[in-house]
Amino acid sequence: MSKTLPPKPRRLKGGDGALSAAAIASGVRSGEASAEEIVRGRLDAIRKDDPTIKAFLAVFEDGALEAARAVDRKRREGGKLGRLAGVPVALKDNLLVTGTISTCGSRILENYRSPYDATVVGLLKSEDAVIIGKTNLDEFAMGSSTENSSFFPTQNPWAPGHVPGGSSGGSAAAVAAGFAPVSLGSDTGGSIRQPAALCGIVGLKPTYGLVSRYGLVAFASSLDQIGPFSRTVEDSALLLDVIAAKDPRDSTSKAAPRNGGYAEGIETGVKGLRIGLPRQYFEAQGSDPEVVSSVRESIRALEAAGAVVAEASLPHTDYAVSTYYLIAPAEASSNLARFDGVRYGLSEKNAPDLGALYEESRGVGFGAEVKRRIMLGTYALSAGYHDAYYEKANRVRTLIRRDFEEAFKSFDLLAAPTSPVPAFKMGERMKDPLSMYLADILTIPANLAGIPGISVPSGLTSKGLPVGLQLLAPAFAEKTLLRAAFALESMRPFPRLGSRD
Amino acid sequence: MSATWEMICGLEVHVQLATRSKLFCSCATDGFGASPNSRICPVCTGQPGVLPVLNDGATKLAVKAALALGCEIREESIFARKNYFYPDLPKAYQISQYEKPLAENGSLAVAVKDAPSKTVGLQRIHIEEDAGKLLHAIGSEDLDYSLVDFNRAGIPLVEIVSKPDIRSPHEAYAYLQALKEILQFAGVSHCDMEKGEMRVDANISMRRAGEPFGTRVEIKNLNSFKAVRDALDYEGRRQIAALEKGERIIQETRLWDADVQATAPMRTKEEAHDYRYFPDPDLPPLHAPRSLVEAMRRELPELPEARRRRFIEDYGLSVSIANVLTGSRELADYVDAVAEITNPATATPTAGNLIATVLLGFLSERSLDLSRVIGRVTPESLGKLTLLIADGRISKTMSKEILAEMLNSGRDPEEILKERGGGQVLDEAQLAQWVRAAIDQSPKAVADVKSGKERAIGAIVGAAMKLSQGKANPTILNKLIKEELAP
Repeated sequence: MSKTLPPKPRRLKGGDGALSAAAIASGVRSGEASAEEIVRGRLDAIRKDDPTIKAFLAVFEDGALEAARAVDRKRREGGKLGRLAGVPVALKDNLLVTGTISTCGSRILENYRSPYDATVVGLLKSEDAVIIGKTNLDEFAMGSSTENSSFFPTQNPWAPGHVPGGSSGGSAAAVAAGFAPVSLGSDTGGSIRQPAALCGIVGLKPTYGLVSRYGLVAFASSLDQIGPFSRTVEDSALLLDVIAAKDPRDSTSKAAPRNGGYAEGIETGVKGLRIGLPRQYFEAQGSDPEVVSSVRESIRALEAAGAVVAEASLPHTDYAVSTYYLIAPAEASSNLARFDGVRYGLSEKNAPDLGALYEESRGVGFGAEVKRRIMLGTYALSAGYHDAYYEKANRVRTLIRRDFEEAFKSFDLLAAPTSPVPAFKMGERMKDPLSMYLADILTIPANLAGIPGISVPSGLTSKGLPVGLQLLAPAFAEKTLLRAAFALESMRPFPRLGSRD
Repeated sequence: MSATWEMICGLEVHVQLATRSKLFCSCATDGFGASPNSRICPVCTGQPGVLPVLNDGATKLAVKAALALGCEIREESIFARKNYFYPDLPKAYQISQYEKPLAENGSLAVAVKDAPSKTVGLQRIHIEEDAGKLLHAIGSEDLDYSLVDFNRAGIPLVEIVSKPDIRSPHEAYAYLQALKEILQFAGVSHCDMEKGEMRVDANISMRRAGEPFGTRVEIKNLNSFKAVRDALDYEGRRQIAALEKGERIIQETRLWDADVQATAPMRTKEEAHDYRYFPDPDLPPLHAPRSLVEAMRRELPELPEARRRRFIEDYGLSVSIANVLTGSRELADYVDAVAEITNPATATPTAGNLIATVLLGFLSERSLDLSRVIGRVTPESLGKLTLLIADGRISKTMSKEILAEMLNSGRDPEEILKERGGGQVLDEAQLAQWVRAAIDQSPKAVADVKSGKERAIGAIVGAAMKLSQGKANPTILNKLIKEELAP
């Protein structure tokens, strides 16, 4: 097993960057660690290394230190500290934090100051987490490389010149580089799992509805879901425990089964767990053989630990990307219509009339990929095309959902690569949108079906690029997902950047 | 209008549901007249990341409206997004219902003057949110901009779409009156057009009897029922004139201009909309289970038609007075309260007439709200007044004067009567004295009566009434004068 581990990667100095969120929270609660010191350490690391990585769009130096000091004060005064006491958390910049700028990686919201906290942000704060900054993303979460950010691209901490994946590339890179033990991203077609795979960390997309979307700037409302990035599986469970809650402000949110408890029993192993390997996922167009072999090796480890592994089939997989690229842009075309230069955001105030105000504000404010998707979606919903595109895509979506329902009659989990390829070079796919869209070929179906998925480090390629293994479970079966991920993590120790091991 | 032409008209009516908070957020709905943008939040101003949460109260009122209008109610209806750009529409889409509306296939009985009442079919009722309001800086070169007030944005509405069953401007007017009445009665809406709580768009085409429907034109900017009637009248004549010249009617939206009393085409650019409806992924299907529908049915008050029948049958009111008194729920409730005090079969018709003639006259004369008068003339005091008439203690003429005084001062009728000398004089000696004096004053009338012109007696009664300063009963005077002059 250890033969797949490459020479130790370039080490980024990160102070206590190796500390998990669970360790920080228990240390701060017991008084062994000071939240201020922890946060100061992360801010130092960011100051030192982020000019190279460029994971952050904004770092809340003062705010974070102030919040950390408040946590320490609370402890000194005998207050009860929350489950994330003193834990530095980075947030994808499409999550709203009161009084701070939320750009969504777009010029159109470059100066938009949030008037309210996203529900997940409120939950983090109530557990005494410390928000340290906002991370880079593909504009409005549309992309798979973070190169569609209107501001700058983010580097993959494992391999300079390579993309961190996307769209939550900043959140993934921040955790991989040790800038924060955990972060939050959003996953509409793979935007958490794919960058987690490319950056060698854990990334979890929960069941649609498990985490409130209130305060997440909508890309495709029926697909978007917020989830955690972490360096350990346990930390993802810890974060999920905090953010999974039925929210009266989100009509699509649902209560967590048994009120969460996602870390409980995480170590019980995979003995007897039925794991299916969807044939289509291992034969995906453009798959890198090294990725497939690493994932197969991980699966053999799970099998050796007692999992029952067999081939599975998801027959409509081939239609997932085209289905997604009708439904997601259709919803996006409507969701992004509010950015019109009238009430907030970029506004071309000198436009001669109303039509020009719209055209110029949106023309200047949106980047090429966003415009492409708005046009796609507008077309798919237009009179005369609505049935042939949008309606038909929804019917195919039902077939894809049924594929999973059928597979989960025989299996507890499905396992496959997260991304068919490891981190690709910057610029490599920017000229060809279709090749970029195919980066999400293995992650999109879970969003269409609303089921949870997790990406766990599986190994490294010969060039030293991380490979992610994806586990998929039936809706609300996050505990099974985390249990299997934890087992894999224990069996396949994975090198971490920025650690002081 | 030429007799060979028939008008085909359907109305789309937007009605504000009488909830306290908006449809998808908790902002108050009392923003009319309040300072602009004082009833807003991230949700109703379409900030990034916000989500709608349906107000159950609005669902209940919409179900009530559907029941009152005899609709079939869908157990599961779907909210859809209607996409278009306009500065008063914060999200650049309106949350509405499209393919699966809450209710369909209703009907409304419409009473048109001098014609048997007819039934207008209702195609659908759906729930939707209102947009904001633009305030244009008019007439100033310096103020070359518009302002937007989002107090209205997100206010709950139902859109009630009639079938094309309306055949004349008068029917349209009567339909709107009946609709307003029933929605007010059901407690669904206040329907105050001046506050924008009720808005009407009209679809109209003309055909020769028996022919298929022609091309329809939509008329907007109809700010009153009268505007609807006038606009339909104008537009009908315009279409006939065009058709008779062999021209084709263009399917378009026209705006009613009340100042010039004419419709004119709206700029086509503004109506070239493809709304790209699709189900709103932020809202699960709206459930209106049978239990909810039955609960709302139980809450539904007696509707105007039933109440009108009861007023005629139980209170002995005439059809026309009953129509007037069921004109609003508040007024009809008032009549019922008065009837509790009076003896329904005998005294209530009198009370009804007093309300219909004096009280409502007073209201319109001073343009007051009924609610303000109810505070002043309680059902109890109007009941007392009615009983004074029934007991013969005051004349009808006098009762009107006393009621006028009650309306002015809010005082008790008996108190007013006492002050005026205790009411009608029944003392026979006194009455006889007035009768004789009146006969002496009216020699010509007396001669006329004696020569067989019975109607001339009115002048003598009038003279006697004048002498009594209105305190005598004219019927009694009439009788006494006849006896006096009898040969």
